Amino acid sequence: MLAYAIRRFLLALLTIWAISVLAFAIIQLPPGDYVTAYIAQLASSGVDVTPEFAENLRQQYGLDSPVWVQYLKWMEQISRGNFGRSLEWRAPVLDMIGDRLWLTMAVSLSAVLFTWALALPIGIYSAVRQYSIADYIFTFIGFIGLAVPSFLLALILMYVGFRYFGANIGGLFSPEYQLADWSPGKVWDLIKHLPLPAIILGMAGAAQLIRIMRANLLDELRKPYVITARAKGMSEFRLILKYPVRAALNPFVSTLGYLFPFIISGSIIVALVLSLPTIGPLLLRALVSQDMFLAGTIVLFLGIMTVIGTFISDILLMWIDPRIRFERRE
Amino acid sequence: MSKAKPPPTYESPFQSELDEATFATAAEERVSVATQWQLMWWRFRKHRLAMISAFVIIAFYLVALFADFLAYADPHKTEAFRSLIAPQPIHFFDEGRFSPHVFALVGKRDPRTFKRVYEPDPTQKVALRFFAEGYAYKFLGLFKTNRHLIGVEDGNAEELIFLLGTDQLGRDLWSRMMVACRLSLMIGLAGVALSLVLGVLLGGISGLYGGAIDTLIQRLIEILRSIPTIPLWMGLAAAMPRDWGVVQVYFAITVILSLIGWTDLARVVRGRFLALREEDFVLAAELAGVGQMRIILRHMAPSFLSHIIAATTLALPNMIISETALSFLGLGLRPPAVSWGVLLQDAQNIQTVAISPWLLSAAIPVVIVILAFNFLGDGLRDAADPYG
Amino acid sequence: MANREINGEGQPPVLTVNNLKTHFFTDEGTVKAVDGASFSAPAGKTVGIVGESGCGKSVTALSILRIVQKPGRIVDGEIILRRADDAEPVDLAKLDAEGGAIRAIRGGEIALVFQEPMTSFSPHYTIGNQIVETIRLHQDVGKAEARNRTIELLRMVGIPRPERRIDEYPFELSGGLRQRVMIAMALSCNPKILIADEPTTALDVTTQAQILDLLREIQARTQMSVIIITHDMGVIAEMADDVIVMYLGRVVESGPVDEIFHRAKHPYTQALLRSIPSIFAAPRSKLPTIAGSIPHPHNRPAGCPFHPRCAERMMGKCDVHIPRLRPVSRRQMASCFLYHEPDEAPIT
Repeated sequence: MLAYAIRRFLLALLTIWAISVLAFAIIQLPPGDYVTAYIAQLASSGVDVTPEFAENLRQQYGLDSPVWVQYLKWMEQISRGNFGRSLEWRAPVLDMIGDRLWLTMAVSLSAVLFTWALALPIGIYSAVRQYSIADYIFTFIGFIGLAVPSFLLALILMYVGFRYFGANIGGLFSPEYQLADWSPGKVWDLIKHLPLPAIILGMAGAAQLIRIMRANLLDELRKPYVITARAKGMSEFRLILKYPVRAALNPFVSTLGYLFPFIISGSIIVALVLSLPTIGPLLLRALVSQDMFLAGTIVLFLGIMTVIGTFISDILLMWIDPRIRFERRE
Repeated sequence: MSKAKPPPTYESPFQSELDEATFATAAEERVSVATQWQLMWWRFRKHRLAMISAFVIIAFYLVALFADFLAYADPHKTEAFRSLIAPQPIHFFDEGRFSPHVFALVGKRDPRTFKRVYEPDPTQKVALRFFAEGYAYKFLGLFKTNRHLIGVEDGNAEELIFLLGTDQLGRDLWSRMMVACRLSLMIGLAGVALSLVLGVLLGGISGLYGGAIDTLIQRLIEILRSIPTIPLWMGLAAAMPRDWGVVQVYFAITVILSLIGWTDLARVVRGRFLALREEDFVLAAELAGVGQMRIILRHMAPSFLSHIIAATTLALPNMIISETALSFLGLGLRPPAVSWGVLLQDAQNIQTVAISPWLLSAAIPVVIVILAFNFLGDGLRDAADPYG
Repeated sequence: MANREINGEGQPPVLTVNNLKTHFFTDEGTVKAVDGASFSAPAGKTVGIVGESGCGKSVTALSILRIVQKPGRIVDGEIILRRADDAEPVDLAKLDAEGGAIRAIRGGEIALVFQEPMTSFSPHYTIGNQIVETIRLHQDVGKAEARNRTIELLRMVGIPRPERRIDEYPFELSGGLRQRVMIAMALSCNPKILIADEPTTALDVTTQAQILDLLREIQARTQMSVIIITHDMGVIAEMADDVIVMYLGRVVESGPVDEIFHRAKHPYTQALLRSIPSIFAAPRSKLPTIAGSIPHPHNRPAGCPFHPRCAERMMGKCDVHIPRLRPVSRRQMASCFLYHEPDEAPIT
């Protein structure tokens, strides 16, 4: 059991490393280097740049050394908490990301919760009452959820809200809280605004999970242990929840590892449509204006967030499946 | 089958050689002699949604093939006067006679906003002609022509027909949608083809050799799958040089999409490989001294080809969604390329959409194609296991 | 357990099944899995139901407990359970399959042991958890008490170190141990009737013998009625007092085990007996089999279901009329026109 957890942990570290390389590649890919761009920007805003200052920066980022040295230097800077400066916003990258990262997390987590809260009962119902009218309706809705990409769903809902209710349903805060400091009122306001993005982000995932849950449960319902349980005289409701659902939950939980990256991915683009003050719009701007330190850092943070989410779901899976605990994984 | 039919003569009822087939039904007999592909086809045919979807997809690819013929207005011709014209319905009958026409639009200035608005005038009918002349294009890339499915008498369709309205630059949306099919559907194919090569190669190696190589590739897949794809794609796409042409961007996007897309296929291939390796018929072939390559190609490949086809079909919609999403963000295909994502870019601003909802119409083919591919993939996956 | 009185020969049986019909309504047509089965199970005795796979043995067991799965359903017949001497007998076939009355009987008065000890337990809970659950479903006892009883039960069925084994998962036990646990679970509520559906099929021969010994020993101690379902004539010979031979959902012959083995009347029973390997047979001689295979369930033959495979069929009679189960000797019944004439117009 511990070995499993350690293995997962090492894999998570490895993934974070891979993401850091990718983030570095993203920073490096555009033509020109950061220091030249930074100095040009300083010069254009009338700051006198001494050659020594420029040389210092070059040294700091190892621009004259091979790429892998540059990567190590970048990592070194990061380990000191220096993520570089945003060229466009003329501020340390970390300050730019701040709140937006937490809001991204809040949106993504609520989407995950919504996905589960929707997929679990519907999946169970659809399997237990296979071929009922409700099963067909849910299957149909599931397919729609699968076929409408989240950003299109967001666009359509925005249009409906705007057109028929005259309300802008985007954003995460009411106007009066937008610039206010954090307070219980603001948190409550946030909670009130979370459901819509959560639903939009969660639809596709929920549709997929419903199908997985339904298929798994249908398989499990045919297994002999269900008949055993029935022969004990258990009530059908208790029986289904205790045995087959419990078994079908495993593959369900293991999808959580993929659900999380999927939702974070989706949140980037949905945030743009719904103009959420999350990290998505910032990333897009940074990429469009080639503000690469900002962009690279955001990719890095999003990656780390995902890896942590995946790791937690792995641990959850271990806790839920005795076979993993006994190292009997196929 | 066994209805009052005189039994075959035999000496002892308990002889073991009695032909079993006497008691099998005709249907069972049919199944036992059918080839695997026949069985799959029978099974697939029963999946009605998948059958319909297959036709829908074929129709879409035909549209992509004959896009210019189905369009009637030059998809790139801008005209400020014709900005944001609303869709215009076709009237098929004129006083009981079949005579498709549209009402001509009369431009007026709104007295308050001074904006140009267009209103249909029922008294002026513009007759539609079939196989009419319009803008010039190369039919299937082979020869130049200017015939289009529909058009108007004097070949000036751009000014008269607006089946789906126009965008902000006054370009005809119907025609642009037709042309967009090409890039949007092809990018899916190209991306999947590339992922397929990567997936089959790496998945096959993983399943075939096992051991350390397998572990390595499996970890690589796990890592790739736990990276949120859209930010990564965005980063890579944004790093493309600005001066690249449509074709270069197109290929770059394809490569970027397949860099992640191959993992699912590799998992399917590996899974099948591992399962088949345990099968008795593979063992039998091995014991008979069949070479490894021949075992893979002759004995194993037929049984997982169907699974690969199904997995590929299910991978296509993801590619299409991804292209649409990237282009929608302005990081994918860029104008003058036309794809569904590029078309949807115009719909980014909710204020514009609220006034001109037809800008969202490119969402419809996206949803239909994704649904169709999903149904088709499901049907294929069910059919892939004809003995299951 | 001890105060349950031993029923003598003259006492009414604990369970009587009359003309049971369980049909499955599939898209391709109706499958008559059980089509008019009748038998009874006396207290303290073992009834063996024997037949080839697909003859409706298992569906009969599931029908008694009313856990036949959709699209299957009991369409006719009665299943009479006689409880304490003074209580009214209940017809299980008439009870609501989801209701509390039948649930109290399932696992309580009638317990089931399955063929597949591997898959008959959920791999997600310890065996202790799954037995304790059964006890607490039917008896008003606390957790600790139920756990103690479970350990006792496990010891009774011969599981070594039960106080440790109780917290193990099913996949940690061998097949034989798992089947013992299964029996322990079935016995946990002192059932009146134990239905064992192919209890030894999935086990190797030595384990089989041990499990059968265990069942016999427990029966001797508790005086419960055992219905053992098997395709193995060997198991029948070892276990059963009375034998029911089923073919295509119908009882073709029934009688005491000695009569069946030595004076089988129905051609099918005779054929079954002939297909048992014998150590007295000539070496390398071919083992007789029954000609043909069981017809496809959608294509049941008209008349006697066995006639297409029967050596002694009489065309014009056997392929037209359905034989009824009739006495052929003092204690034996068979449904075959060799022993009685068709008494009614052809029925299909």
